[in-house]
Amino acid sequence: MRRVMNIAPAPGPRMLLALLPFVLVAFLYVLGSAERRAANPDDKLLPPVGELAETVRRLAAELDRRSGEVVLWVDTAASLRRLFLGLGIATLIGLVFGLAVGLLPVAGATLGPLVAVISMIPPMAILPVLFIVFGLGELSKVVLIVIGVAPFLIRDLALAVTALPREQMIKAQTLGASTWQLAIRVALPQVMPRLIEAVRLSLGPAFLFLIAAEAIASDVGLGYRIFLVRRYLAMDVILPYVAWITLLSYLMDFALARLARKAYPWAYVEERR
Amino acid sequence: MSALSFRDVWVEYGDQIVLERINIEIASGAFVSIVGPSGCGKSTFLRMVLGQERPTRGTILLEGKPIPEEPGADRGVVFQRYSVFPNLTVLGNVLIAFEFAASRYLSRLNGAARRAAIKESESLIAEVGLTPHCDKYPSALSGGMQQRLAIAQAIALKPRVLLLDEPFGALDPGTRAQMHALIKPLWRDCGMTVIMVTHDLKEAFALGTRLVAFDRTRIDPQAPGRFGAIVTYDLDLTRDSAVPVLGFSKPLDARIKASQTQGAAV
Repeated sequence: MRRVMNIAPAPGPRMLLALLPFVLVAFLYVLGSAERRAANPDDKLLPPVGELAETVRRLAAELDRRSGEVVLWVDTAASLRRLFLGLGIATLIGLVFGLAVGLLPVAGATLGPLVAVISMIPPMAILPVLFIVFGLGELSKVVLIVIGVAPFLIRDLALAVTALPREQMIKAQTLGASTWQLAIRVALPQVMPRLIEAVRLSLGPAFLFLIAAEAIASDVGLGYRIFLVRRYLAMDVILPYVAWITLLSYLMDFALARLARKAYPWAYVEERR
Repeated sequence: MSALSFRDVWVEYGDQIVLERINIEIASGAFVSIVGPSGCGKSTFLRMVLGQERPTRGTILLEGKPIPEEPGADRGVVFQRYSVFPNLTVLGNVLIAFEFAASRYLSRLNGAARRAAIKESESLIAEVGLTPHCDKYPSALSGGMQQRLAIAQAIALKPRVLLLDEPFGALDPGTRAQMHALIKPLWRDCGMTVIMVTHDLKEAFALGTRLVAFDRTRIDPQAPGRFGAIVTYDLDLTRDSAVPVLGFSKPLDARIKASQTQGAAV
């Protein structure tokens, strides 16, 4: 008998095993929904799948009676715009400052402790400050994402830069590289895969900050809609929205993972073996 | 062209003395093997030439001028590991040396300049026998090939001094023999000064024109850091000189002279 740790499923069974828990959850939902409906025809907590589908169709294909817009797409566009802006700016800041802190001892001495302290500020605690300073518009939401994600990216990238073998830094210098050349030709390409990984890990927090900001002060957005319809216990809207957000971030995560492997194949050689 | 001289060099880390009273003149074009037990300061010696470390006392001169305090293109290096850039192909690893030299801001070459640099890189790669692997990433190469690539990269800019820090230490005996057959003609053709740190005595004797051994001759059990390593042997291995087998005549003279000038008690 082989040890359990040595039993690996083939690709086919692996797919089945991956699907199994999803099917199970869906099954449990259908079962619970039917049970509650049987007990109370007006139950709102677990709407049946048909009702969910009907709501999704209404949200995604019909113009809203009040605003004259297709709610789901307008919400999605507004939220993604904020998310991409916030994550993009945070990534840029993370890249520039992370490289500087990791590569230049002077920058590390100056900015390192500051970044360490800033990264400990709970972003949600200063959300009121952001609303006061940047107003209730788009800016405060984007800034919240940046403040929440950038310090982590800076620190992670700085660590990745300092983890590059010292030998390589010396070697590049013996090839005549200046600090700038070393940064863009040796350090930057080698930490890019790590940056992408860090952004992938930041997707969750970024969505958290986005939805929190939208829940508190907004007039459009995925988070706004969820918190709007919560008053009516409209689970038929909330559940599809949650699933939609999950799908969006899963797809982004997947796309980033593919991008990293496509653009930096040398960094994933070990993986393929 | 590229003579090195060490004048009364000491290296101390805190109260631990690593190297003491190092007085060596290395002639231009010499191939110096450095041997000694682990932790005796061989690599420290190399790092000083590299500019990665500074002597606590004394001076190091390259061509009569104090050695620059940071690594530069005049001193190439091959480390035991991590010498090549994993994000570049074999060709890219050699090409980058030319790109650093030619393009200050983008470090990229275009058009004719790029083609010329590629041609030059390819001839270097051919010299170390890696032509069939031009487009591979270092992770796809064996240890020996990676070191050959590191050598091609290090000699691309024709440094005046080439430093080898146990370059073949991690290789199997067969590959090591190949590397020996490779490095000697390269050194002869380029006319550079080579300093090689090695653990392998056979290698040290086979490749070098001169062998320098470091060791700690005095050990105070109460204060292990009190005495550093000194040059214990300094052998001329060129064919036209009588190889001093016991080796002590020369270094002893040097040491007596050194201690006389310092007036230090040995």
